[in-house]
Amino acid sequence: MINLEWVKDYIDIDDQDLEELAVKITEVGINIEKVITNKIDNLVVGKVVSCINHPDSDHLHLCQVDIGNDELKQIVCGAPNVREGLKVIVAMEGAVLPGDFVIKASKIRGVESNGMLCALYELGLEERTEEAYNRGIAELGDDAKVGSDPLVYLGLLNTLYELDIHKHRNNDCYYHIGFAYEISAILNRKVKLPDLSYKEVSDDINNHFKLEVKTSKCPYYLAKMVTNVEIGESPEFIKRRLLSVGMRPINNVVDISNYVMLEFGQPLHFFDKDKLKDKILVRDADDEEVITTLDNKERILKSSDIVITDGVNPICVAGVMGGLNTEVDKNTKNILIESAIFDPVSIRYTANRLNLRSEASIRYGKGLSYEYTKYALDRACHLLEKYANATILSGIVSHDKIDKTKKIVEFYPIDVDKMLGIRIDEEDMKYELDKLGFDYKICDGKFIVTIPSRRLDIEPNVNDIAEEIGRLYGYQNIVGTLPKVELKQGDYIGDVKYRKVISKRLRSLGLNEVKTYTLVSPTVSNMFDYETKEKIILPNPMSIDKSVVRTSLIPSLLNVYNYNKARKVDDINIYEISKTYDKNYNEESKIAFLMSGAYVNNSWNGSLKVDFYLIKGIVEELLDYLGFKNRYSFVKSKVSSLHPGISCDILLDRKRIGIMGRVHPKVCKDEVYVCEISLNSLMMKVKPLKYKEASKYPTISKDLAFIVPKDMMSSEVEGIIKKAGGRLLSDIKVFDVYEKLEDNKKSIAYSLTFMDSNRTLTEEEVMNVFNNIIERVITTLNIELRDK
Amino acid sequence: MFMNIDNIKRELINDLDNVKDLKELNELHIKYLSKKGIITELNCKIKDVPNEEKKEFGQNVNELRNMFNNSYEKMKKSFEEEELNKKLQSEAIDISLPSTKVKIGSPNILEKLIEEVESIFMSMGYDVVDGPEVEEDKYNFEMLNIPKGHPARDAQDTFYIEGEELLLRSQTSPVQVRTMLRNKGEKPVRVICPGKTYRRDDDDATHSHQFMQIEGLLVDKDISLSDLKGTFEVVFKKLFGDDVKVRLRPSYYPFTEPSVEVDISCFNCKGNGCNICKNTGYITICGAGIVHPDVLKMSSYDPSIWSGFAFGFGAERVAMLKYGINDVRVFYNTDLRESRVFDREEINNND
Repeated sequence: MINLEWVKDYIDIDDQDLEELAVKITEVGINIEKVITNKIDNLVVGKVVSCINHPDSDHLHLCQVDIGNDELKQIVCGAPNVREGLKVIVAMEGAVLPGDFVIKASKIRGVESNGMLCALYELGLEERTEEAYNRGIAELGDDAKVGSDPLVYLGLLNTLYELDIHKHRNNDCYYHIGFAYEISAILNRKVKLPDLSYKEVSDDINNHFKLEVKTSKCPYYLAKMVTNVEIGESPEFIKRRLLSVGMRPINNVVDISNYVMLEFGQPLHFFDKDKLKDKILVRDADDEEVITTLDNKERILKSSDIVITDGVNPICVAGVMGGLNTEVDKNTKNILIESAIFDPVSIRYTANRLNLRSEASIRYGKGLSYEYTKYALDRACHLLEKYANATILSGIVSHDKIDKTKKIVEFYPIDVDKMLGIRIDEEDMKYELDKLGFDYKICDGKFIVTIPSRRLDIEPNVNDIAEEIGRLYGYQNIVGTLPKVELKQGDYIGDVKYRKVISKRLRSLGLNEVKTYTLVSPTVSNMFDYETKEKIILPNPMSIDKSVVRTSLIPSLLNVYNYNKARKVDDINIYEISKTYDKNYNEESKIAFLMSGAYVNNSWNGSLKVDFYLIKGIVEELLDYLGFKNRYSFVKSKVSSLHPGISCDILLDRKRIGIMGRVHPKVCKDEVYVCEISLNSLMMKVKPLKYKEASKYPTISKDLAFIVPKDMMSSEVEGIIKKAGGRLLSDIKVFDVYEKLEDNKKSIAYSLTFMDSNRTLTEEEVMNVFNNIIERVITTLNIELRDK
Repeated sequence: MFMNIDNIKRELINDLDNVKDLKELNELHIKYLSKKGIITELNCKIKDVPNEEKKEFGQNVNELRNMFNNSYEKMKKSFEEEELNKKLQSEAIDISLPSTKVKIGSPNILEKLIEEVESIFMSMGYDVVDGPEVEEDKYNFEMLNIPKGHPARDAQDTFYIEGEELLLRSQTSPVQVRTMLRNKGEKPVRVICPGKTYRRDDDDATHSHQFMQIEGLLVDKDISLSDLKGTFEVVFKKLFGDDVKVRLRPSYYPFTEPSVEVDISCFNCKGNGCNICKNTGYITICGAGIVHPDVLKMSSYDPSIWSGFAFGFGAERVAMLKYGINDVRVFYNTDLRESRVFDREEINNND
């Protein structure tokens, strides 16, 4: 949150429309999400010209109020303190006061009243207390100009910018001086730093303190000492400003530390000197070291934390929260002011682990500019001297291992032009760098730019400079071009290609694509676990429902089935292709589909219902489409969560690539069929397409039927027929199955087609083969011939 | 004799006049032309006719036969036609009854949008690639200029699997890193990577712990920010209509520098202000920028030779905008009544 009245201390923006300025700032890079203002339209300073008692009331007054431009308004006012000659706040017709209170012209006890004279609490500028109420309307000083905005006169007009804090370079623009620099770069106006001056007494801090830093995670540590502070209330402007950005005022000393942080972005820590010994030791914490922080909670530290100690005991979790034992309280007299830089990563870890993300720790965690570490310290001394009557000791204790190497970028204007794709004049570049306040010189056409230390976000490379120049020059000046690259057609690569091809085919086969979650519950992850893969279990899930990385997609499809069934969708034919992972992080893309209800639907004329053989047909169609004809087969198998009698493995080149079958009635009582195939197993080379002429010679068909035991599979019979039929047998079709024979038997009837692609077959040679087939089947399988 | 033929002729005409259907016609055929038919018998009598009359008699019989045959053929055709018509009439159906549905499957709504984006980019020479969803921290963060402890990691609350090394990818950028590494700093890169990503979010109307990101990367020589703008002008005009304007705004991402937000003028209100663009006239679609030189370096591309741009956007957000969806869960629950509608083309013949 940035308070624009506060920013005005550092840069002149009185002439700016703050709404428009917010748009400009957003355009050049800092996202202002919201402009918040307490400005009230139709609110003016007025002067009570005459004040008489209301003819019909014992407490109301009838006032004529001068509101400027020679205009008088008659206003009825009930405040006890209204009187002739008083400068007042007038809410005129159309003003909207807090609580959506709209001021209208009206009659009060029969007398016309064209507005309202206001108290501060009525404008939301003060709490509505009894005392405030009794005080009556606000009495403005005689210097208030009639007709002007009373909030401006009172210095209470506030405009706040709410920044998008998630992104962006807010380490340099999320404090008021940094923000002023951003405005200065836009408006080309100078930034004026606040007063850093103070008087010092001869007593030196080094007489009282020794500093030792025993960790590499504290490259910069400065401290000053002040004595005889008078703890009290902060001045109004400090309180108001802190409140406006959401910080509660506490007392002048604590408020000053926060105020300086919001000015310079540098958090400060104040120790009560008298609760300290004579030493500050900054070191890595010990594992299990305990400190009680300001909020009176015990914190257990780790060796990755940085801790400030008095030589022995911890007194502060560096950058995160102070210790209770050295807290500044109402009796504090002498203060040690710490202004330091800690390792941002360490601070972030500590703050996150202890769940202590504060305005200070966020700032430490984003990194700080060393220049401001010193400025902030001086500024705090200045304010403590001024508002807490502090005596400032001379000298400073410091530990200084900070890298102060200047960040220097060298570039030719053409480098920036090439990166942005526009031509910016050298003069324009110079102008933008001037606005940014970057020092530069030009040698033989080469820019040599020094990045100010406050701009921690800028790395010394051309890209960063191009961005700075570009955003100020204006991206709207960039005209779209197309990259000058080789002409080529893009393609789907690797598994994506298979996914797309298969997806398209499954859609054309009537299956609807769904997308489900990778993360499932432990229970769901164990359904359809036919591969018994070990699963990845997340150590930090959002909920137990989404804590396991699935290895099968079928349970998720069943979820979609149930979701749709509950919404009275009847024919549910769906598929999903997705990656799965096992405990060893092996990736396997899978294709799963679920089918139920009608496949071809006609409600009055008969539908084709989904059954096992239909889903089998879909699988065959898919595998044929991918070029695997004659390489796959189906074998009966028991798969967990599938109907034990209606399920099988799908084999490709004799290796299992998937399963299919009817969902076990215990899992789903409806007749639902599912299939899952490993997409990875399909990613292999297949024969190229080649034309094959159809035979010109006639075929001869022969029918026959066998009586077989009920549990014998047709594929067994077919296998022997094929072998015995040899080269002349071109096709086998099952054309009838009769299940209801006695003795637990069934009959299967086959139609065999014989053909030779080079000549016409004779009836005699076909009969030879046919009879041979019959004999081989009967003897091998020990079954009877029913018919031929 | 002649009288006889005249009588037969009269009878024949009378008979033909009275035929009512094909059956009666065939009976007439038998009566006149069968072996013992009247005309056949007349023919046999020719031999009994005196020689000088034979010619005339023969002519008369032939005339009679021709007359019968002509009428017979005509009437047969007409009767057959009539019968067929009757049959067809009896076969007529109620064409208003419901059809037999042979349904082609629909794409998932999100996938429909993604495929559209893919085809636009493929037409500009981008390959479509994917990579692992269980990803190494190195590829998901470190090689993208987001070292451990970098503030940018906060914005992407990540599902870690093993310590800080293995995670469910929080963006599809690691695919870009992997692609660059595969090309070994030698070949140009032009890819888009649509894929599943995961972040620790509570699911609600606008948040989803799983979502689809579409990221893209172009690395070649002399690539500029204006090329990025031009590319998106092509893409967004295709996606949202020819009158859409593209705007770049400065932004920050660790892996690009300069970084921008890519906005489009609101396709709904044409920039006048409406609900969709929150009265700003523009909608932010995409984060993008010039690939950070350190990112190029880490993936073995020399930034003094190579340059490129990268971009990324959420497929859900774009699909929600384009199709007017206001709950992200729509994509993952799949109500078939909703998604089946998306099995159609949007061909607009405005040319």
